Amino acid sequence: MVSYINLLIFFCLVLLFAVGTLVLSKLVRYIDPNVNPVKVATYECGEDPVGDARIRFPVSFYLIALIFVLFDVEAAFLFPWILSLSKLGLLAFIEMLIFLTILFLGWFYAFKKGDLKWERQ
Amino acid sequence: MLWVEIGISVVKIALVLFVVLTLVAYLSYAERRISAFIQDRLGPNRVGPFGLLQPIADGLKFIFKEDIIPEGANKPFYILAPAFSLVTAIIALAVIPIGYGFNTTFFGNLNEPIHVSLQIADINAGLLYVLAITSLGVYGIVLGGWSSNSKYSLLGGIRSAAQMISYELSLGLSIIGVIAIAGSLRLYDIIDAQAKVWFLIPQCLGFLVFMVSSFAETNRLPFDLPEAEPELVAGYHTEYSSMKFAMFYMAEYTNMITASALAVCLFLGGWFPLPFGGWFGIDIEKYWYLPPIVFIAKVFLMLFFFIWVRWTLPRFRYDQLMRLGWKVLFPLAVLNLIVTSAIIVFV
Repeated sequence: MVSYINLLIFFCLVLLFAVGTLVLSKLVRYIDPNVNPVKVATYECGEDPVGDARIRFPVSFYLIALIFVLFDVEAAFLFPWILSLSKLGLLAFIEMLIFLTILFLGWFYAFKKGDLKWERQ
Repeated sequence: MLWVEIGISVVKIALVLFVVLTLVAYLSYAERRISAFIQDRLGPNRVGPFGLLQPIADGLKFIFKEDIIPEGANKPFYILAPAFSLVTAIIALAVIPIGYGFNTTFFGNLNEPIHVSLQIADINAGLLYVLAITSLGVYGIVLGGWSSNSKYSLLGGIRSAAQMISYELSLGLSIIGVIAIAGSLRLYDIIDAQAKVWFLIPQCLGFLVFMVSSFAETNRLPFDLPEAEPELVAGYHTEYSSMKFAMFYMAEYTNMITASALAVCLFLGGWFPLPFGGWFGIDIEKYWYLPPIVFIAKVFLMLFFFIWVRWTLPRFRYDQLMRLGWKVLFPLAVLNLIVTSAIIVFV
């Protein structure tokens, strides 16, 4: 229980430090009295910004995120399993082998479909 | 009694915070000096003897710098993102133990010494805590990249998210072998289980996967694609200036410290000085300060390794990075897991 109280104190102190630094720098920093609009313009290597900044990006990023959610949930099952493996013995090992085979098949399917391939057309 | 314990905790926390922040400041100095030596330059050597006061000068400059919020930025998220990054980076260190601790009769009762452990929170699922908190770090980066209203920032943030989740998977799987041998998620127990032999030796494949994934998780070269200068200016913190920029920077170095400390805990024997033989009969109760010294020395070596790699290897291309993560490291981590669990069941 004391550990979690410590964690809470630590979290509060770190939060205080982060917010405090932001506030401190807000209080002491230089503030430009008349800001040139060019200065706050979005940085695009000196050119005038073109179009909206929230551009469309490749669908591959979404696919990676979806595959990650699948595999990460499956990986979460492995933690309790490995901790009790020595008590459960052979049966648990074989069951997890079946589970990992299914996991591998999913990975192989994504691999074959080209979802893990980045240089698509 | 409870109040004394909480008092000790507050002192420990303040100490940890102070040490970590100083270390972060001097890591930036060390990085610049070491990179200078590697590239046959001098590096910062003007402020104070050998330039040792450079981090203080940098800090002062960051605080007094004008802050520019780009037009069209989503202001609340833009301001909170660096703070979020920094907070998640630092609190991950809470469960790292650096020694056995010591007994003290300093507070009151002479017959009942109080045990002071050398970690902030002794959680029995410590390893899960570290994994959970470090994976929160991606939010700060994505929020910062998205809220800046800049194309470079957005792409940097998205890339970073994809990279971090890809490598988080192999990172998590590579650790499972260690848990299997140690039989616990508590970092203290995991280090203690390495008294006979460091886990580096039975888990060398796991260590390899873990180290590569750590480099990708901390966005360090050769995997610093989110902030690849020739392509994305500075990635997710392109539009950041003054203290907010400094906070992203501090978060990056703190993540490096966490990764190093975790590698030392899990694979490099924690506070045991040599790969075999534990403490060779040294009375650790008496010399309680030896384990922290060994632990911190190892963390420093790991940090040096991080910097050394950064200034030695070239950068990967993004498709190479994704291929390495999903097609090499992930199968390797699963293979390592199957072999380890088979050995545990059959031997």
